[in-house]
Formats: sequence, structure tokens, C-alpha cells
Amino acid sequence: MPRLSLHEICGYRSGDKGDTANAALFADDAEIYDVILREVTAERVQAHFGDMIDGEVIRYEVPNVLALNFTLPNALGGGASDSLRSDILGKTIGGSLVRMEIDVPDSVAAKRRAPPDVSWADEILGGRRSQ
Amino acid sequence: MDESSRDRIPTGGHPSSGRTIRIGAGQGTAGDSPEGVAKLIDAGCDYLCFESLAELVMARLTEQKAADPEMGYAADVAQYLRPALRAVAEGRVKMITNAGGLNPAGAARMAARIAAEQGLCGLRIATVSGDDVSSRLGTLRGQGADLAHAETGAAFSDFPGEPLFASTYLGARPVVDALDAGAQIVFTGRITDATLFLAPLIYEHGWRFDDWDRLATGVLLGHLMECSGQVAGGNYAGPDWWQTPEPWNVPFPMVDVAPDGTAILSKPASCGGRVSFDTVRHQLLYEVQDPSRYLNPDVVSDFTSPTFEDLGEDRVRIRGVRGFPAPATYKALLGVETGWAGEIRVGLSFPHAWEKARTVAAIFRKRVEDAGLDVLEWRVEYFGLDALGGATVPEPSSEPGELLLRVAFRCRDEATALAVRGALTPLYLSAPAAGVGVIHSLTGAGRSPSRQSALWPTLIEKTLVDPHVRVTLGEVEDGKWHIAEEKP
Repeated sequence: MPRLSLHEICGYRSGDKGDTANAALFADDAEIYDVILREVTAERVQAHFGDMIDGEVIRYEVPNVLALNFTLPNALGGGASDSLRSDILGKTIGGSLVRMEIDVPDSVAAKRRAPPDVSWADEILGGRRSQ
Repeated sequence: MDESSRDRIPTGGHPSSGRTIRIGAGQGTAGDSPEGVAKLIDAGCDYLCFESLAELVMARLTEQKAADPEMGYAADVAQYLRPALRAVAEGRVKMITNAGGLNPAGAARMAARIAAEQGLCGLRIATVSGDDVSSRLGTLRGQGADLAHAETGAAFSDFPGEPLFASTYLGARPVVDALDAGAQIVFTGRITDATLFLAPLIYEHGWRFDDWDRLATGVLLGHLMECSGQVAGGNYAGPDWWQTPEPWNVPFPMVDVAPDGTAILSKPASCGGRVSFDTVRHQLLYEVQDPSRYLNPDVVSDFTSPTFEDLGEDRVRIRGVRGFPAPATYKALLGVETGWAGEIRVGLSFPHAWEKARTVAAIFRKRVEDAGLDVLEWRVEYFGLDALGGATVPEPSSEPGELLLRVAFRCRDEATALAVRGALTPLYLSAPAAGVGVIHSLTGAGRSPSRQSALWPTLIEKTLVDPHVRVTLGEVEDGKWHIAEEKP
């Protein structure tokens, strides 16, 4: 079975509510939703984040928009106004979630997203390296 | 408010206008761009709603009000008022904002001064107050509010210090009352963000306070709109995120809502960004915990119930939101000081950047300890390695080319935090593996120490808060806000 990273088949967004972060995962289509429903369990997300969170990860299913929502307790260093983290608001937690790798059927692997092409930005900047 | 008035049709005899109402989101956070205001007015919005506060902002407003009693509102609201006031005075649009913060009356007086600058008079401005319960905590406890921590269950006797602020998140009723009294601008303190958008829908469409599905529709739409650009291509991680049109031309969304609650979310053509099924669903779950039970003072909404239909051309139709009876409590947030935080940042070059970074961090920490400076909490981050991803980042298989080290620390007071930061300076000359990128970045080594505060969420019975909620209507004349009517 091919293995891929969730960001190749899902969108994501995360944020904060006090010291609890939430991270949502949006399947690109219904077949992918069935795969993440099976593969991306609360237990796997808990293990994935390891010592970044303290407490039980809860998973919520949101089938009307082909999404899963996870709450991650005590993930933000006390919450925005109290945190020593750079990411006080948990904005990057979603990106960290989709780093997770899962096994997928060939039909899903064939739906991998194209890599980003930001040539318009390079044009504005006059290049792609530090300068 | 007594029970009979609770159940009245809230528009007070003001029947549904029967028309579709267009609401624009003019601001999604403190510091958002004011450039959406004119575009949304040109697009024919009936209401502009502004989310000006964040959990983060309350501590700062408390400081500002302590220094000057006329302050304590979100001062940047002036930037949003200036391009809007003429249209408001002409009756083309109304504004609802929580920028009142801890001082809605101060915000109203400020708006009156701006109106005078523009030669406008006769504007009707209302304030909603009563959310700030900081001076009544003792009374509330006497009345049976336990103020226990809503998440951990900790008793209020464990509250770690003196409450810095205490704000209740109010619901739509006082804002509806303000509109009912003829307000063209409403300044509130803390109300839930979604309420900013729910209130005008209740007022315009004559929705009842027990019409749970309609109220849930208003809350869901408010939730989608309150972060402005985030529903319209901002912060978007879809399959082609880099192809959002004119991403520098920040998008501001608007929503057309029919009396039955059917809604079409879109954006003015003059804004960049995009509105699609995908951008809307990304925002649906933002800062949400249980999507099937999204709590608000006026209704519990089921975000798993509606359908989102992509109509193309930056339009998404939303319908079928289910709602359930409102909770008996308001959420409140209490703040407590937790000291002062500071940070240092050091750039490290090839070779052995990670080893150098760890060495510099350790030397810095040792020097602070040897100087007897008391640090309550440390955090060390290696940007370029795992500063953001933490445990989700695999151990690097090859040497990182370069890194930015950030060390953050919490101290009891500002002087200690400054002294800790100062402990870095000698590393200018005596850091290991000299020639590291330290030298240059040291000159701007991190932000100045800032005051930190922790939040204590709690639930307070509505019946203990509502009698103190006040709607004050005033009229602008000669740059002053003259109070005309106060309820109750």
C-alpha cells in the first residue's frame, strides 16, 4: 500500500480556545474522507503530537463537509496571553497534524495534490533565494 | 428582565422587513485592515459588523483603562469609523462592533468626535454594557455563582491571584434592543463574536428567541464571518492554496440572508480572495471544539447539520442549520497576571548550527542561573528545525544548514525579565565557535518583555448577569454623545 502525508490529500486549519487547540482536517473528496475516517484516529493523533499536549485528544466527525475535528488539550503553553510559545494561537498545529503519514489505496494515492507553484511570488521578489 | 418579556417577539412589534439582508464583515481581529469598509458599503451592505477583540486583548485594555479612564476600548476602531460614518449618517448602513471593550461609552464619545470632524450630526449611537463583572465578583459569589474553572473544575478558592478583568460573553438581546431603539451604531463590550451578526438578523427578520433553527443559522453565519478574510481565501490550505486571486487585496466577506435563514455567502468583486465550498468549510471548524454542539448564549448550534452548496462565482449557499435550546449560563473569562515574558533570538550558521544553538542556549541559561535571576519558566525553540512542529517533526537525517534560536522566559517582574535578556550581551564576544550568526541578530535580539496573563473560563447563570445589562442610546451633536435613553 502506498504511504503518503496527509497534506497531500487534505486541507487543514487550527486555532485556539484558551489552552486547548483544535485542528480540523478536510478531505479532498468522499473516498479520501473514508480513508481518514479509518486511519486518522484520536489515538494516532495523540501519539503523533506526543509531549506537545497533555490530556486526551478527542475526535469529532463532521460528515457534511467531509472533515474531522480534533481537540488537543493543554497544547498552547497556558493559552495565548500566557504562552511562551512562538505559536501562541495554535495556528501551526494544523500543519503539524498533516505531517502525519498514512497508508492509502492506490486509487487515493493517484489523487495526490500537485506541489505548490509560487512563481508569481518569485516574480514580485525577483528571485527565490535570500537576497 | 422578567419571564414574559424574555419570550416576547424581540423586535418589539417591528415585524420582519421581508427582505433579504446583506451583512458585511468589516474587521476580523484587532489590527485588521480597514480597507474593506468602503468596499462593503459600495457593495450595498445593510450592516457592517466588526470583531475587534481577542481573548488576548482584554489584559491590554485593562492596562490602558487603568492608565486613562477614558480609554479601555479598541482604539483602532477609529480607522473603521472614518470611512463609514457618512454612509451611516445617510441611513445606508449600520455598524455593530464589540470595540467598546471595557469602555463602550468611551468608544461612543470617540465616534462622536470623529463625526464632528466630518461635519456629521444626529447620528444615533448605542452602547451595551454589563458584560464587565469585575467589580461584582464578590456579589456574584454571594448570589450562588461558584466561578469554578469551566475546564478543570478547579474551585475559585484556587484562583491564583487577584482577577485582572472579568468579562461575560453576552448574547444578542441587548444589541437587538439597541437596534430597536433606533441605533445606527452599536458599541458593545464582550459579546460572543457570532452575536455581532446574529443580532441584526433577529432584528430585521423578527426571529423569535425560541426559534432555535433560525438562531443557529445566525450563529453559524456569524461564526463563518467573524474572522473576515479567513472564510474568503485567507489562511487557506486547499489543494491550490497558492492560486487565490489577488491575495494581497485582503478579502472581506458578506452574506445575504433571507427571512427564512437561507443564506448566500460571497464577497465584493473589488476584494481579492475567493469564496467556495472549500474556503467556507475551512472556516466552519475554526476554533471549534464539538461541532455538533457549538455553544452560544442564545442557542446551541449543530454545525454538522447544514448543507453548503457551491454556486460558483464566489458564492456559497448555506441552509438547513439545526439549533437547540440555549444554555442557562453565560461564559465568562477572568484574567490573572502571570508575570513578565521576554525572549532572545540568535541566528546560527553552518557548520554545526544545531550544536551551536544548543550551546548558546545552555550558556545563556547557565549565566542567568549563576546571576541568581529567577526564571519561572523556560522555552527553547530551534526555528528551521522543530520550533513550530515539536514532537511531530522527525529527527533530522542530515545537518540543518542554519537555524534561528529563540529562548523565551517568564519572570515575576519586568526588571528581572530585562536583566535576563541582558545576560545574552556578553555572548557577543564570547560565544563558542565564534563567527556564528549571533553577532548580527543580537542587535535586535527579540521583543521587549511584556506582561503575561492566564485566563480562567467560568460559567455564570444568566439570571445573575441580565439585570445589569444596560442599553444606552445617545445622539451625536457638536461632537458630543448626548445620552437620550437608557434601558432598563
